[in-house]
Amino acid sequence: QITQTFFNIYFLKSEKNGPAINVDLQSDAALQVDISDALSERDKVKFTVHTKSSLPNFKQNEFSVVRQHEEFIWLHDSFVENEDYAGYIIPPAPPRPDFDASREKLQKLGEGEGSMTKEEFTKMKQELEAEYLAIFKKTVAMHEVFLCRVAAHPILRKDLNFHVFLEYNQDLSVRGKNKKEKLEDFFKNMVKSADGVIVSGVKDVDDFFEHERTFLLEYHNRVKDASAKSDRMTRSHKSAADDYNRIGSSLYALGTQDSTDICKFFLKVSELFDKTRKIEARVSADEDLKLSDLLKYYLRESQAAKDLLYRRSRSLVDYENANKALDKARAKNKDVLQAETSQQLCCQKFEKISESAKQELIDFKTRRVAAFRKNLVELAELELKHAKVVSY
Amino acid sequence: MAAEREPPPLGDGKPTDFEELEDGEDLFTSTVSTLESSPSSPEPASLPAEDISANSNGSKPAEVVLDDDREDLFAEATEEVSLDSPEREPILSSEPSPAVTPVTPTALIAPRIESKSMSAPVIFDRSREEIEEEANGDIFDIEIGVSDPEKVGDGMNAYMAYRVTTKTSLSMFSKSEFSVKRRFSDFLGLHSKLASKYLHVGYIVPPAPEKSIVGMTKVKVGKEDSSSTEFVEKRRAALERYLQRTVKHPILLQDPDLRQFLESSELPRAVNTQALSGAGILRMVNKAADAVNKMTIKMNESDAWFEEKQQQFENLDQQLRKLHASVEALVCHRKELSSNTAAFAKSAAMLGNSEDHTALSRALSQLAEVEEKIDQLHQEQAFADFYMFSELLSDYIRLIAAVKGVFDHRMKCWQKWEDAQITLLKKRETEAKMTVANKPDKIQQAKNEIREWEAKVQQGERDFEQISKTIRKEVGRFEKERVKDFKTVIIKYLESLVQTQQQLIKYWEAFLPEAKAIA
Repeated sequence: QITQTFFNIYFLKSEKNGPAINVDLQSDAALQVDISDALSERDKVKFTVHTKSSLPNFKQNEFSVVRQHEEFIWLHDSFVENEDYAGYIIPPAPPRPDFDASREKLQKLGEGEGSMTKEEFTKMKQELEAEYLAIFKKTVAMHEVFLCRVAAHPILRKDLNFHVFLEYNQDLSVRGKNKKEKLEDFFKNMVKSADGVIVSGVKDVDDFFEHERTFLLEYHNRVKDASAKSDRMTRSHKSAADDYNRIGSSLYALGTQDSTDICKFFLKVSELFDKTRKIEARVSADEDLKLSDLLKYYLRESQAAKDLLYRRSRSLVDYENANKALDKARAKNKDVLQAETSQQLCCQKFEKISESAKQELIDFKTRRVAAFRKNLVELAELELKHAKVVSY
Repeated sequence: MAAEREPPPLGDGKPTDFEELEDGEDLFTSTVSTLESSPSSPEPASLPAEDISANSNGSKPAEVVLDDDREDLFAEATEEVSLDSPEREPILSSEPSPAVTPVTPTALIAPRIESKSMSAPVIFDRSREEIEEEANGDIFDIEIGVSDPEKVGDGMNAYMAYRVTTKTSLSMFSKSEFSVKRRFSDFLGLHSKLASKYLHVGYIVPPAPEKSIVGMTKVKVGKEDSSSTEFVEKRRAALERYLQRTVKHPILLQDPDLRQFLESSELPRAVNTQALSGAGILRMVNKAADAVNKMTIKMNESDAWFEEKQQQFENLDQQLRKLHASVEALVCHRKELSSNTAAFAKSAAMLGNSEDHTALSRALSQLAEVEEKIDQLHQEQAFADFYMFSELLSDYIRLIAAVKGVFDHRMKCWQKWEDAQITLLKKRETEAKMTVANKPDKIQQAKNEIREWEAKVQQGERDFEQISKTIRKEVGRFEKERVKDFKTVIIKYLESLVQTQQQLIKYWEAFLPEAKAIA
């Protein structure tokens, strides 16, 4: 039953200084979205999405609804599938809340309760709770970022599905994709990546896009690598911090053997280790937040940017095909009008995508630079703060 | 009871409003407390020359002249000591202001820990100096270093020779500074000689470092990789600590074998120390036999002190093992962290390369550099973790095994005495029987035997009392040493942690403007 009580955590966001750290967004009076509350139940998380808006589209100026992860995914997918948005970088979907690892650890702790001292048990329980809370905060942040990106985007914020998501206070009944749909997705992705390879072989006339393509491909791979390594680094850091915890406990046990002064010494040292551990744990948590999460986020965003380029290339190929079809039709003098309209449509689509894509990619760079700057500065400041606390 | 005085102000002038290290400070001030007189205080008479009669009132073992808290530790050992406060100051003030400590941190950063000098900042030794001064009329000043591991020979017959340097002002040595070359088996030979002479009379002989067939084979085979250099360094440090501990023991220091080991240029090869030799196997068999015997001896413990102490050591053993395991885990994770940081640094550099925004690209490269430096830091910290903390713990785990061995010897001694008493009884019975049966020649024989066994019983009793006395003294000494050792090492270790943090500060401070410069 320890798991039961553990997982009913209410999370109230007290900081209202804007969304999570990995994006730098202009807040806008016309439409402000945030996650004001979250509740973690046995196997799902319920987010309270809170909206403040002066737009006429909404019935009220301020309102809240409860949403679950699947509904976020539904919203994201609806953007991706919407042809009209082909020219935009679709904000990446937030990752699924994953408390499995924490849950396992908690299970093990519960099982091992008999074999450790009460003091140790309390310590470890606290540690796990802190870890759980950290993961919880992170998932809330990531869902919030997604919504804020959508709200900040000049076109996407007008999307009807988005408004429904924000306002409709009943369950959206978007069941998760069933097996068939998941399989379809899988194949679509496979085809896309195969396609992507083919399509990217086509050299772009436009220098800007050519440069962006090479850049993004390389960048995406390196961000992936950096993200993975950063993850491992923060995990090692956390392991070392956990060791401090155990050392502190052992020293405490040594210190309680008797009341001689060496034992008092041990008790004090044990306290010191505890404090050091807390700091180290915080350092690793901050590194995780400012560095690892940042990299992970830009991994997803750069993927979204790549997807945009892919869509553009696809439309280019379509356009070229339409041209060829038109030529053929003209040569045969058959269905010329049809071919002409088709070609025009393709042309328009391509140009529209190219235009918005250009802007999107520029924005992406601006956002990225700003986000890195913010996070690197904050990372350095936090590291300094922690190091100073230990030495003084 | 004990004369208690106010401790001198801690770290005069050093800022005391540190959030975190307040507790650390307290480490050194808060031990002001009433002296505890250990319930097991032996009569002063049983403590020979080591007693400082300077301030003794004889009766209350806990009577000491205290200037500050550290002395409380000695109360436990129930020896009267007189300690001057001036020597206390240095270590007290060095702790809370780690930013200023000059000597130790830098020395620690290098993986090679410098020889633990007896006359070094470890203050407590000064008090020992005084004790020994009273005892020997000599200044107890001897410094041992083990250095320059050199590979001699080739292939499977190769071995590492270590230079053992002794610096001393003791009169028993012919020179004041000299060095010899010794190999690992020489150390083992020394230990086995000392053990055979002193263990069974109750002296705690420090155990020698352990053999490692795998480790040595790698070295012999000539693998020039980091793991074999690490192994050699680990062994060198262990040998040094071993010798340091051995010479600290006032009785062992007098031993001619030890002197020969330190002084003579040629030493007969100690063949019986080889793991798979006949003597080695015999040792293993004896150990097993001993273990069985231990289980069957039921001793009537008349002295609660021994029972208590044995229990204490059991507990301590367990606790230390646990702590040791945790510290080893820390060493492992720290090494892992170091390699992961290095990997991340490279990755960040690559990312910086591909980033097309120049300022961000530069900042990312800077980040990569910072992380690389941090990786170095982690490595050094791992060394410190290990050499200071972990090895100390494993040394003490082995030392406690030696202590337990000494207690066992006492049991065996008691057993011998018991057996002699039983035999005497039997002989007396035999005499009585002979008297009744009126066999004059047998009676004479019986009487002779009785005399023989009476003598043996007396001897047995004397031996037992002697060993008990020695053990009490030794345990007292051991506890003192342990306290000193632990405190010193842990403080050094904490200082190294602080040092690391300060380096971190430097690195991040250098990075911050770069990050801010991203436009």
